[in-house]
Amino acid sequence: MMGRVGHVGLNALVGIPLVGSLLVTIGIGLFWMPYDPIAIDLAHPLGSPGLHHWFGTDEFGRDVLSRSMLGSRISVLIALATVAVAITLGTALGLLAGYLRGWTDRLLMMMTDAVLAFPGILLALALIAVFGSSDGSIILALSTAYTPSVVRVVRATVLSIREREFIEASRSVGDSPLETIVHHILPNVLPPVVVLATSLFGWAMLSESALSFLGVGVPPPAPTWGNMLSQSRPYMDVASWLSIVPGLCIAGTLLGVNLLGDALRDWLDPRKT
Amino acid sequence: MSASLATPLLRLTGVRIEAVGRARAGSAPLLEDLSFDVAPGEFVAVVGESGSGKTLAARSILNLLPEGVRRVGGRIELEGRDLTQLSGPEMRKVRGAQIGMVFQEPMVSLNPAMTIGRQLAEGLQLHRRLSGDEIRRQSLAMLERVRITDPSRCLSAFPHEFSGGMRQRIMLAAVLLLKPKLLIADEPTTALDTLSQREVLELMVELAHDGGAAVLLITHDLGLVARYTERAIVLEKGRLMEVGTTRQILTEPQNPYTQRLVASLPRGSAAGTAVPDSAQVVVQVRNACIGYPGRPGLWRAGTPTQVVHGVDLDVRSGEIVAIVGASGSGKTTLGRAILDLKPLTAGSIRFDGIELAQMTAAQRKQFRRAAQLVFQDPYSSLNPRLRVRDIVAATLRHADIDPAARAARVDAVLDEVGLASFGDRFPHQMSGGQRQRVAIARAVVSRPRLVVADEPVSALDMTIQQQVLALFRKLQAQYGFACLFITHDLAVVRQIAARVVVMSGGVVVEEGPVPAVFCDPRHEYTRELLAATPALEAAALVG
Amino acid sequence: MLSYICKRLALTLPTLVLVSIAVFLIIRLIPGDPALVLLGEGADGAALAGVRADLGLDRPLPVQFVSWLQHALRGDLGRSIVSGEPVAGLILQRFGLTAAVVLVAVTAATLIAAAAGLTAAWRRNSALDLAVVGTATVVLAIPSFWLGLVLLLLFGLKLGWLPFVGYIPFSESAVQALLFLVMPVVTLTITESGVLTRMMRSSSIDVLQLDYVTHARAKGLSERVVLTRHVFPNAFAPTLTLVGLTLGHLLGGIAVIETVFTLPGLGRLMVDSVLARDYPVVQGCLLFTAVVYVVVNLLVDLCYPLFDPRVTAR
Repeated sequence: MMGRVGHVGLNALVGIPLVGSLLVTIGIGLFWMPYDPIAIDLAHPLGSPGLHHWFGTDEFGRDVLSRSMLGSRISVLIALATVAVAITLGTALGLLAGYLRGWTDRLLMMMTDAVLAFPGILLALALIAVFGSSDGSIILALSTAYTPSVVRVVRATVLSIREREFIEASRSVGDSPLETIVHHILPNVLPPVVVLATSLFGWAMLSESALSFLGVGVPPPAPTWGNMLSQSRPYMDVASWLSIVPGLCIAGTLLGVNLLGDALRDWLDPRKT
Repeated sequence: MSASLATPLLRLTGVRIEAVGRARAGSAPLLEDLSFDVAPGEFVAVVGESGSGKTLAARSILNLLPEGVRRVGGRIELEGRDLTQLSGPEMRKVRGAQIGMVFQEPMVSLNPAMTIGRQLAEGLQLHRRLSGDEIRRQSLAMLERVRITDPSRCLSAFPHEFSGGMRQRIMLAAVLLLKPKLLIADEPTTALDTLSQREVLELMVELAHDGGAAVLLITHDLGLVARYTERAIVLEKGRLMEVGTTRQILTEPQNPYTQRLVASLPRGSAAGTAVPDSAQVVVQVRNACIGYPGRPGLWRAGTPTQVVHGVDLDVRSGEIVAIVGASGSGKTTLGRAILDLKPLTAGSIRFDGIELAQMTAAQRKQFRRAAQLVFQDPYSSLNPRLRVRDIVAATLRHADIDPAARAARVDAVLDEVGLASFGDRFPHQMSGGQRQRVAIARAVVSRPRLVVADEPVSALDMTIQQQVLALFRKLQAQYGFACLFITHDLAVVRQIAARVVVMSGGVVVEEGPVPAVFCDPRHEYTRELLAATPALEAAALVG
Repeated sequence: MLSYICKRLALTLPTLVLVSIAVFLIIRLIPGDPALVLLGEGADGAALAGVRADLGLDRPLPVQFVSWLQHALRGDLGRSIVSGEPVAGLILQRFGLTAAVVLVAVTAATLIAAAAGLTAAWRRNSALDLAVVGTATVVLAIPSFWLGLVLLLLFGLKLGWLPFVGYIPFSESAVQALLFLVMPVVTLTITESGVLTRMMRSSSIDVLQLDYVTHARAKGLSERVVLTRHVFPNAFAPTLTLVGLTLGHLLGGIAVIETVFTLPGLGRLMVDSVLARDYPVVQGCLLFTAVVYVVVNLLVDLCYPLFDPRVTAR
């Protein structure tokens, strides 16, 4: 759906180092960071990148590198949680809709259409307006926005598999509907779902940074790359690195995740029809 | 119309085609040292199975090879002019105007986003200086020639509004409008049902003859070769195996591969032996009627359609009964109903004397083991995520045997179908014929009393068809199950069944022992079907 | 064709109904007295009583919904807690700017994507193809707000070529207005062209392998004609669907661009009202955007047969 890029090797070659460095950074960050990300040091505000502070300091003298490290952890955790909820719920609903058809299907489709009628960010904004601005509500908002896409993809896959003869074979052998779903449909639904999960992870990270950038995401002083970018705006002319570094982190991570997702899709792609 | 001394219309000399690109460099050529002639107005067949390179040969003439494939040697001369030396624009002048090509898949052979009229006009606008009115006039005339009803409405319609057979006829019209000297037809009727096949081919031959065009027919069907062509070229795995007149090839094949091909034509000796009337009746169908509820609209229920109208049928233990008909005749639906995969709207079906609709849970469980189905499409009937061993074992999931015995049975049956070492493979690692053998193994592993085979060999090459049919016969003789063989191909019926039931429009129009029905068909439809199956004629030629 | 149109129209109706129910319920989810929620903490008793009567808070929920819907259909979406102005008016005022930026950017992105995607597919695996795919993939990973910030930094602050803070409406000075919009539009164009290009390339690759393309070449048509008349219409259809989805999601996503470039658009209105707990505006924006999105997708669906006539048959 998103376009076959076709070079499994190339994608993996660039994607793995990018995602790898992210994971390494998070890993290191669990145990050690150069400075305390929240500690304010008014003696050294807006310091440019140098030996003591590789990425410089922000307006409160906080070390940008440490904040980036902590931010990566927060963003990734939120994105992971979102993907977990959306994939689990979406797959279950998609299987039901695709296999049972009839009124169950129609009802679920109407509901997903209704949710999909709202632009994702706005839906998230509305839910945050209701539930307040916390990690939990961000996860809730984003998973609500993304579950319908998962339902759609799973349902479409189930519909196409359903017509394949080996499903009929399963029935003719005496399998119950549940057995057919578990032994035959689910294994064939998993590859597209896995690929979708990687895309979702990227979108979730992007959305979380957008929300934080807008000021309705993760509340300060907890840093995420999004709110770091937002806070950098008043100081753009004197401390441009504050606007560059967090964005580079987001772009780098997304690029890595997307490339890995592409590599994964090509690898799983049936030369087996 | 041989033209041994005059310049041939088309001459290929030493044509060689290879796959290019890093992944494929160094592998065997796709077509090697191909040389043959076509005289003006001659009908020549290029015969081969999948992988023979016949399609690539055809495409190389027009220099329309797919990506990753290139002609790396040889000459292609049209009336003495070497096409391989032409520049792009020069070659484009040849395409369409001098050499026309018709393709296989009617569903994708016409641009779905353009009206028929525009597609017909395109070629004319490019190669001739004609006014819009003249183009329209010629298009209408040609559409009438190919027997499209209401040609003027057709001009402003889109391809999806027409059936497969009609689309092929429209495609013929588009190509022959330009009056090319050579028509290359790449499996033009393979995707059509038997009667449409005949129509389209007869039309093609007629039109080509009228226009004085030579025809290069690319096909795997020896029957078509026998009926329509004068000379034939046999290819196998990219190599030229034999060239000669059609009669020579069929009656005195020299090359071993050609001999195998000819041997796969349906022979006179009926393969199915009749069973005595006293044999036990396994399946008894009385007045079966089956309908579909119809697609519901937005606010109302759909109109139901009747697919099978009152069919009676008996299948005895140990016999092979073939059900023959075109698509839409109801044969597939009937087969599904006999396996209790589709409900009846009226009538009854009994298995071993028990009414299907009234079976208890225990009886149904037994039924599911005793009645099995072999599907048509080897590519979609096996779960791509399971190994062969597991696919076959799945049938025994509900049987009461312990895992060790089950594994032993699976191995034994895989051995019987000739796939002893394939247990750990995945479907995509196997050929079409091998997959069908897995499907058969899956069906017989539970020692069924009834096997329903739904077009199990239609998607296979002729020589592979032979192998699979032979396997069927062997297993059936060994296990003695009753077999219901559903097919559209009378040639296949000839090779496997003892009794044949002919269906059309949801009713049985004729039935009886195979030799009787084939020699002395009583119903009009049966006669048409027989006439439209060239393989039978070819077999008669061969004796 | 007519039945296709009617069917599409009929299918949007239930969606719109569900959407309005959802919007209505979202605000009701907020704990506390709905009247206070809608009027804000500082409201006096009389106004509160008035709103309670208006909303019919003592009546069952479905009845409240109907009366709310009736108000909405008449154009009455309540008043902003913060400014006191009618919500509908606020929305319409801001929508023009947002719509202009989104439409121009998406059109430009589509044109770029169509050309680049088709060409890349045609010359698959060449250096050009690799460049196009590589660029599209990288662009996909760049958040639009960051790109905006970088452009602003470069062309606004460092080079001083373009103005970047605030906005001067068209009515005052067309030229100035346009200058202010250059960077936002360029940012959005670049960001959206990534995914559209990849989609176009992918469907073009699929179409190029189909028989009717070979058939067109076999007629002797030049590559240019084959690509424009035979490949493009068929390859563009799936991209068109994606364009519709993009237009929709941008109605929300535009908020970040409006924040970066301080444009008084609809997205920013939504964000500000969320931050200020101005619930009538939040509700109004939500309803308005969802309806626009549904309408946009309907229009896209109606254009689809131009590229793929087969949909009218189903």
